Amino acid sequence: MSRKLPHKDVVIVGFGWVGSIMAQELTDEGLEVIAIERGPWRDTATDYPPTYDQDELRYRIRHELFLRPDQTTFTFRNKMNQTALPIRTWGAFMPPNGVGGGGVHWNAETWRFLPSDFVLKTHLTERYGADFLPSDMTIQDWGVTYEELEPHYDRFEYLCGTSGTAGNLQGQIQEGGNPFEGPRSRPYPNPAQPQPFSHTLFGKAARELGYKPFPQPSGNMSQAYTNPLGVRLGPCTYCGFCEWFGCGNYSKASPQTTILPVLIRKSNFTVRDNSEVVRINLDPSGKTAAGVTFVDTSGEEWEQPADIVIVSAYAIFNAQLMLLSGIGKPYDPLTGEGVMGRNFTHQTISDAVGFFDNTKFNFNPFIASGSIGMCIDEFNGDNFDHGPHGFVGGGYMGQVQSNGRPIETTPVPSGTPRWGAEWKAAVRDNYLSSVKPGTGVHGSFYSYRDVYLDLDPIYKDRFNRPLMRMTIDFHDNELKQNAFLTDRFAEIIQAMGAKKVDKEYRQGPYDITKYQTTHLCGGVIMGTDPRTSAVNRYLQSWDVPNLFVVGASAFPQNAGYNPTGTVAALAYWAAAAIREQYLKNPGVLIHA
Amino acid sequence: MRLRRRDFLLTTAAILGGSHIALADSISGSLPWEPDAGIPPERIKLGSWLYFTSEEARTVEALADRIIPPDPATPGGKDAGCAVYLDRQLAGPYGSQHGLYVKPPFLKGLKQQGPQTEDGPAQVYRKGLAALNRYSSQGQDGKVFAELTGERQDEILKGLESGKLQLPEADGQAFFEALLKDIQQGFFADPIYGGNRDMVAWRMIGFPGARYNYRDWVNRHNERYPLPPVGITGRPEWTPKKS
Ligand SMILES: Cc1cc2nc3c(=O)[nH]c(=O)nc-3n(C[C@H](O)[C@H](O)[C@H](O)COP(=O)(O)OP(=O)(O)OC[C@H]3O[C@@H](n4cnc5c(N)ncnc54)[C@H](O)[C@@H]3O)c2cc1C
Repeated sequence: MSRKLPHKDVVIVGFGWVGSIMAQELTDEGLEVIAIERGPWRDTATDYPPTYDQDELRYRIRHELFLRPDQTTFTFRNKMNQTALPIRTWGAFMPPNGVGGGGVHWNAETWRFLPSDFVLKTHLTERYGADFLPSDMTIQDWGVTYEELEPHYDRFEYLCGTSGTAGNLQGQIQEGGNPFEGPRSRPYPNPAQPQPFSHTLFGKAARELGYKPFPQPSGNMSQAYTNPLGVRLGPCTYCGFCEWFGCGNYSKASPQTTILPVLIRKSNFTVRDNSEVVRINLDPSGKTAAGVTFVDTSGEEWEQPADIVIVSAYAIFNAQLMLLSGIGKPYDPLTGEGVMGRNFTHQTISDAVGFFDNTKFNFNPFIASGSIGMCIDEFNGDNFDHGPHGFVGGGYMGQVQSNGRPIETTPVPSGTPRWGAEWKAAVRDNYLSSVKPGTGVHGSFYSYRDVYLDLDPIYKDRFNRPLMRMTIDFHDNELKQNAFLTDRFAEIIQAMGAKKVDKEYRQGPYDITKYQTTHLCGGVIMGTDPRTSAVNRYLQSWDVPNLFVVGASAFPQNAGYNPTGTVAALAYWAAAAIREQYLKNPGVLIHA
Repeated sequence: MRLRRRDFLLTTAAILGGSHIALADSISGSLPWEPDAGIPPERIKLGSWLYFTSEEARTVEALADRIIPPDPATPGGKDAGCAVYLDRQLAGPYGSQHGLYVKPPFLKGLKQQGPQTEDGPAQVYRKGLAALNRYSSQGQDGKVFAELTGERQDEILKGLESGKLQLPEADGQAFFEALLKDIQQGFFADPIYGGNRDMVAWRMIGFPGARYNYRDWVNRHNERYPLPPVGITGRPEWTPKKS
């Protein structure tokens, strides 16, 4: 039996980036808000102080700040006719856990999607004809446009103090920025970060090859910054312990460094940590959410009633919670019917590693921030003519190397033995003079009929509920895209003056042990038609109007950028819809 | 009163890290920050083996020196402390698969589905090391692995790596992959964990370690960074020497 807590106006499930933004917006509206977070409270002093934050083994290799698979995991297979097996230790992605969510240990690469990404199906069909798309590709338009999201992107960037160079100011292309980006209403709040040697060299080589390189938009501060909420961030120190690590310097935008100091002080806000929501409860009509049930670390079960339920547990956990709560019709890949679990996607990442003459080049690879780098966008989205290439999609590419931590970043040229004297010498001779971008090619992953989420028939979680099953593989379209992009990327690394370039193409099958990014998307997608989307354009459940499911779970397919800029913009957009429309007249916002 | 993770840890045997169970709490009004709330890493203590038997330890030291052989400028895996590192890791949460999903059934899967064995690293090493010594002492070599010549040791390792050499009652290739990963990680990890003794690996490559601030060097392109490495607990010169 669960114990019942006092009623609230709003309950928020998961307290990462989206949960923090929603809580900040809805408490500003005067609502009583409670957030429920699976993991512990996290802050700099407790979890990643500058005295020992630089511990590669603890944070990067042993995943200190992440979810433990014994708490919850997924099963995985490539194809529908295979038996899915549990992910026993994380590999291809790394689920966050705790207050701040992924915002604690992200790189803070803060991108906007292209205007055409939001109307992808329409755009590609108009330009290339419907027959150009693979028959099992299930891409869709989002139901929201870039123009509608622009003010919300802008709010997130100003919240974070994003450091960057604008490429398109109200339609005017700007020198030094990304000329392909959608128009932005004003410049970034901070100038771009200065670029270390290898990153600068990449920019120079790209320019000489005729591209238009620009600094990667970064949530690591180029200078001290006070955000619109009055919260202050310090300048980044290029410590090289950013991705996978919390920031000991308050220099990386995170809920902790941008929102929480203000939010926590509000009398109409509470967060419960170490408490996992296990179910969204519906009232007997099945059309209204009554609140949520959660279990704390002592095993005690609690019920939190509320008028509005916001699910912001991160993409895959949003889908998992919806499936386990039995809300929305589960997707059936055989008939193409149903919505929950539909259009699951990830990212198509590859790299090219450059080895340089160590008597001429010293890159000091340990000097970097999480979102440092020079990039080009010529091969993203539909920025180039795909006609001759026979695939759709693309990605940005760049020298975005964020570290020289020696467990992870001691590359040796292909052909070197993996151990022994020759290996040791190669590590020594190449460490300072190699370029290993990590996620050099950051490609899109479009959606397919047979890539989806559902409940596993065999494996169970600690509450004896089915694990969620992922069925995912790379399709020819993405592999062709990746081959083309990786070749272009390697040309630039070569042009930097490398004596040897090793191309590391992304190859099938999708491998659950190989880290790509933690940019999982889809499963609870947004759209204009309740038969092919689970939430409407305001992220409101089509079936349960007082339930909003916010996160990358809403992406109908994934673009060639990191997701969080768009995730946050969607959160502000959904919050605005709740504040300006829903509260005045609680109910369905879009009549299908 | 909220029981902070630190207090909780200090009252349990979970001090080795990795198991940060804390009680749920309701937070509002002010940030729940407290002084000294962090959990600094514990520097390993030199001394007797915690997990390995002395026979196992001897084998691991021999293996560590083949994976990372000594050279005139930089010690090998053994003197860098990689076996000590591995011993302490296996005695801790890593060895026992703490936090991993270990529910059955353990079905045989495809390579891309990741490891599906019931054995955690501690068991993989116990079985693998025993099998390796059985192979070398009962087969043509007639001696345990640590007593073989370096050349012969390399030959065996290459056989394990390629899968051509099968060990009795152990997955030799999986054992080799675990060993390769762990020894190299120990070599490069912060010295508090037992490997990378005196920061030998960091000196070898030119990694300045835990410095955390390069604002003065970000614009100094193609110039060698001048300072020697520091670790989480400082520099070797600052700490009392123990053999
Ligand atoms: C190592 C790493 C690097 C990254 N780098 C970048 C980057 O550079 N740029 C970028 O755009 N993106 C990056 N990301 C992705 C980014 O972290 C996410 O897009 C972002 O955090 C999503 O915000 P969210 O609020 O949807 O989810 P999260 O921030 O993950 O927050 C969700 C929260 O919900 C909690 N939760 C989950 N289930 C439950 C439940 N049942 N009950 C209660 N609570 C629950 C989780 O513990 C978590 O704290 C990175 C991710 C990782 C892991």
